[in-house]
Amino acid sequence: MKYVIWISVVVLLILHQDFWWWDDGTLLLGIVPIGLASHLAISLAAAVLWCLATIYCWPHSAEKTESSNLSTTEGGQG
Amino acid sequence: MTQLAIIGAYLALLLGLGLFSSRLFRGTGEDYMLASHSIGPFLLLMSLFGTTMTAFALVGSTGEAFREGIGVYGLMASSSGIVHSLCFLLIGVKIWSLGYKHGYTTQIQFFRDRLGDNGIGLLLFPIIVGLVIPYLLIGVIASGAVINGATIGTFPETFAATRGGVPHWLAALVICSVVLIYVFFGGMRGTAWANTFQTSVFMILGVVTFVVIANGIGGQEGLWANMQAATAKVAEAHPDRLTRSEMSKFMFTTYLLIPLSVGMFPHVFQHWLTARSAQTFKLPVIVHPLFIMLVWAPCVMVGVWATSATLNGQLIVPPDVRPNTELPLMVAKLAGPVLGGLLSAGILAAIMSSLDSQFLCIGSIFTNDIVLHYWDKKRFSEKQIVMWARLFVVAIVAVTYGLSLFEPRSVFAMGIWCFSGYTGLFPLVFAALYWKRLTVAGAYACVLTVAGMWLWLFAESGFGANANYTFQLPAFGQQLEMMPVLPITVASVVALVAVSLVTSPPPDETVRRFFPDSPS
Repeated sequence: MKYVIWISVVVLLILHQDFWWWDDGTLLLGIVPIGLASHLAISLAAAVLWCLATIYCWPHSAEKTESSNLSTTEGGQG
Repeated sequence: MTQLAIIGAYLALLLGLGLFSSRLFRGTGEDYMLASHSIGPFLLLMSLFGTTMTAFALVGSTGEAFREGIGVYGLMASSSGIVHSLCFLLIGVKIWSLGYKHGYTTQIQFFRDRLGDNGIGLLLFPIIVGLVIPYLLIGVIASGAVINGATIGTFPETFAATRGGVPHWLAALVICSVVLIYVFFGGMRGTAWANTFQTSVFMILGVVTFVVIANGIGGQEGLWANMQAATAKVAEAHPDRLTRSEMSKFMFTTYLLIPLSVGMFPHVFQHWLTARSAQTFKLPVIVHPLFIMLVWAPCVMVGVWATSATLNGQLIVPPDVRPNTELPLMVAKLAGPVLGGLLSAGILAAIMSSLDSQFLCIGSIFTNDIVLHYWDKKRFSEKQIVMWARLFVVAIVAVTYGLSLFEPRSVFAMGIWCFSGYTGLFPLVFAALYWKRLTVAGAYACVLTVAGMWLWLFAESGFGANANYTFQLPAFGQQLEMMPVLPITVASVVALVAVSLVTSPPPDETVRRFFPDSPS
């Protein structure tokens, strides 16, 4: 599933370059041009995709930090 | 006077909130600069969104859509929705984890520790700070312009030279003072609370403005019919604004790199470290693209409608209008002083929610990377560390305000150059987190290459004077037009990878410390 999510992110980035509607002025519902509607859909798809990513691609190694004790190492050198 | 009263009331509310949050201050340096890692999901979402969205999200997006059409949304908003959340997930969570574990407050601390090299801090310091300064100036100058524009005619005798409006220098001084007071007393917690309030204000006002303007220019019964009527006028008079026919396809593609700058913004880095836990990031990662859509989509539509909207047979916004005045002009003519005042407050909210984080961040960098790093940290009590941080915040605000008085208008052209510089450094933070083979020499090569490429292309653009500068690459018998960010980033990656591969690998101890889960 992890790979499906990351492949979907790449697909979304490709869809973001929607050259096929570049010169198309068709209006959806008489209000929104199709070139804008497609990008609104991309924004919604991004939210859905990132929601799935927090489920299937979550970096669990970061959680270990919370349960482990704080290191005494000082930030930075010296 | 109505507009001034609304702006004044808004600033007073903001001050009250900032000062109230200071009552929760725990008196330590970590609390002042990182809110003791206590920020929950909602505050983190609002802080990150408020910090990454500047006044451009409201007035700039409308102005760009007025000139370029609907393509602006794809260029800046939907791309940011994908890339910003990608940065929060891939960079933010890991940075939080390492920062929590090793006690970082600033980016430079992280890079010094990750590379085991002191010099990288000295190299990065002027670049990171230098790229934030123009960004700060844009905010301060814009805030002065917003208040001046909103109050024209209020004091015809006192401020005759500025057509009766509060002069820029005084308006900017008030804004800097308000931000300084709540950052000085409230630190990061005050900033997070103020950002949450301000982000709510500009999001709500954006939607309200959209509805009022749609109803004002449609001339029909009901919002839906008004929106259809407003769009129909554009289809008739300026059909090109409903497409991207005037936009270069390759430019559009290369613009996708710009949002990567979020991965290297020092103020965003500091906000990441304030999170209570790794889980805290989930809400910002998911909701950030939706928030961008809520703010940008109405503004882009208003900008497109402005090209053809009429009132009593006259165009509301003339074609030769000064950039970034389209939205205030529409509001002034269609909504009256109350919404005008509220919109001014909303624009100020967007500006100030970025300014506060940047002031605090620069103060933190000077405190941690200069004072505490070069003098023995143990010499300082927590009270003294907070004092240093506050002193630096005051100094940065004073310097920024002082520079803004010179009215460097050309600073507005710097915005995209700042982003390009931070994007160029993105490969460094990505490699530091995900590539064990990154070496100190590779990091130096990357930073120096970005600095060199950036300076060269910036000079080519007449030091920002040519706002429409693009890098031209001869290919396939034609000139490929692209944003300068592409050659900068490509050179950055090549330098980082090539030099890392031809130099000795980093010590095993470093690899084990930063990649504990993977085999060496």
